Amino acid sequence: MIESMQDLQEIRQKKLCSQGECEGEVRVCIGSSCASIGSVELEKELRARVKEKGLETKCRVKGVGCNGLCSEAIMVATYDKVQQKEDIYTNLQANDVEKILAFIEGQSSLKEHFYDTSLPFFAKQIKVVLENAGVIDPNDIDDYIAHRGYEALFDILEHKESREVIEEIKQSALRGRGGGGYPTGLKWESVAKVESDVKYIVCNGDEGDPGAFMDRAVMEADPHKVLEGMIIAGFACGATQGYIYVRAEYPIAVEKLTKAIKQARKYGILGKNIADSGFSFDIDIRLGGGAFVCGEATALVASIEGGRGNPRQKPPHLSDHGLFSEPTVLNNVETLANIAPIMRNGAEWFNSIGIESSTGTKVFALTGHIQNTGLVEVPMGMSLRELVYEIGGGASDNKKIKAIQTGGPSGGCIPDAMLDVSVDYDSLKKIGSIMGSGGLIVMDESSNMVEVARFFMDFCRSESCGKCVPCRVGTTELTDLLDKFIAKKATQSDYTLLRQMCEVVKESSLCGLGQTAPNPVLSTIKYFEKEYLEGIADD
Amino acid sequence: MALQTDDRYKMVEKTMKKLGYERSALIETLHTAQESFGYLEIDALKMIAKRLRLPYSKVYGVATFYHFFRLKPKGKHTVVVCTGTACYIKGANEIAQELENKFGIHVGETSSDALVSLLSARCVGSCSLAPVVIYDNHVSGKLSSQEALKKAEEMLV
Repeated sequence: MIESMQDLQEIRQKKLCSQGECEGEVRVCIGSSCASIGSVELEKELRARVKEKGLETKCRVKGVGCNGLCSEAIMVATYDKVQQKEDIYTNLQANDVEKILAFIEGQSSLKEHFYDTSLPFFAKQIKVVLENAGVIDPNDIDDYIAHRGYEALFDILEHKESREVIEEIKQSALRGRGGGGYPTGLKWESVAKVESDVKYIVCNGDEGDPGAFMDRAVMEADPHKVLEGMIIAGFACGATQGYIYVRAEYPIAVEKLTKAIKQARKYGILGKNIADSGFSFDIDIRLGGGAFVCGEATALVASIEGGRGNPRQKPPHLSDHGLFSEPTVLNNVETLANIAPIMRNGAEWFNSIGIESSTGTKVFALTGHIQNTGLVEVPMGMSLRELVYEIGGGASDNKKIKAIQTGGPSGGCIPDAMLDVSVDYDSLKKIGSIMGSGGLIVMDESSNMVEVARFFMDFCRSESCGKCVPCRVGTTELTDLLDKFIAKKATQSDYTLLRQMCEVVKESSLCGLGQTAPNPVLSTIKYFEKEYLEGIADD
Repeated sequence: MALQTDDRYKMVEKTMKKLGYERSALIETLHTAQESFGYLEIDALKMIAKRLRLPYSKVYGVATFYHFFRLKPKGKHTVVVCTGTACYIKGANEIAQELENKFGIHVGETSSDALVSLLSARCVGSCSLAPVVIYDNHVSGKLSSQEALKKAEEMLV
């Protein structure tokens, strides 16, 4: 049991000292990309061999979450405790155990696998949300504590009142990272103000946007950080129960979170009367069933209540009438992962990262026709060009980038010529896309933009819950219309109809899914109209 | 029905009990049922409806709303083609097409000898490996159509 900050610090010191007996660590990435080519086996085998050779005092082997550069899997990092220096090695194979062993023993270098971290991919990143990803063992709560985990929580429990916490988050100007960009502090405040014995904190880990895996990486690499954010939210808003809504398609995330909750309960960090503060809070996991519409707040709540994920009219908002009709805060995984660092370092520190209207960092999943695919965290306000060309290394296979897509099925396509736009909520919205949850898909010249728009429209068509007519019928009609353009059999009046129907679906749908479904079409019409016109038959 | 003595039903019962037979336990219960049975049998759905005091129509409605739930049994082997955006951009459609041709079934179907189920996933979150196919729970990434077919053959051996 941890009952005070002092207890927490003792665990931290103990962990640091036991680590201190080793000269260093070997951190094997067991994120999804590396794991798919055998990094889990590599880590296990390496650990066994290190033990066998009696090298444990020299080196501790551990599995860590995603390190980001997924295109160069398997990644292994070595950490020299004396020099406090991390080196990264890439493109290792599952059977490279002896090679790494020889390196640990100082008999060889891993020169050919060395990755220079002064290159833009790493050098231009600022890690707040992902500060522990690739560093700590996600299965070990003590390792999280050793890296200053739960420090913010205990500081709050011992020294702060709930309104001070809300004030700090408001000062930090943190905005919802799920894509909406609503100020987190205001959301918390509106729930804190409501008088009710029962309130809920819900973490949205559904990540339904195809092409995005930021939240997955956070949950898998640093589950305790999500828990800490939720507990702090609970304290600030006066809630006693939290739910994490996770996609069933993410079994590893579910496993890590389940383990983390168990460990936190054992330490008394979750449960009744946490650290004798009088504040009680517990967290349970609820599995999603793979429905994109459940990213919509009211649909997600309906799903946790055990029903179909049908959204409902707002207001009433979740802050008054949320889960089980009680006041509810719904935050995204990445938003909650920002909470502990903000409370630990202060709002001013957070404000120093990013730009005034969008503070802090944003995690992006770089995928598609790009050199460096993987996970990156950059300060808000960086230009998309810098993100795609410098960090991402530009297009793969020496081709030219045609467009990038942000915001998934709700977002838009941005042509290469406009990549100087700054990465923040307002700038991206201005040019017809959205920040979205962080999926960033790069497309080269081989991509046909009408087909891309059809892909997203078909996705929305199949994901529409069917409750309201504009979305249910509109997305189907739009998909059929786009098919005509792809078959080059559209008429001029089809083109007029396409644009009109986009407006109708956008303006009259019940929830965010329908309201944003036309965005991929509208943005591609805006920037790649030629490709639509080519789909119109001559006669 | 000799269902109640079936171990698989005991698992389902356990989940409902843990959640206090609340109606909100429905989705969690369906997850457990699918895990135990491999798919959602109609008899299992009926039993769950009864135990949670829910109309069968509601249980069926929820089970068919979510992509994750299957109402038909899977084949001995499963091939799941990811059709997320990153995979789409990198040619997942062609791969799905090739696999459909190879097995002679459409995505979402099981071969008549119950050997293979060909399924699609919305996104498995391994986007940096796109295009991705999951053969019997093993993720394979950066596949060409040829490699995807080859892996399918290896799986069947």
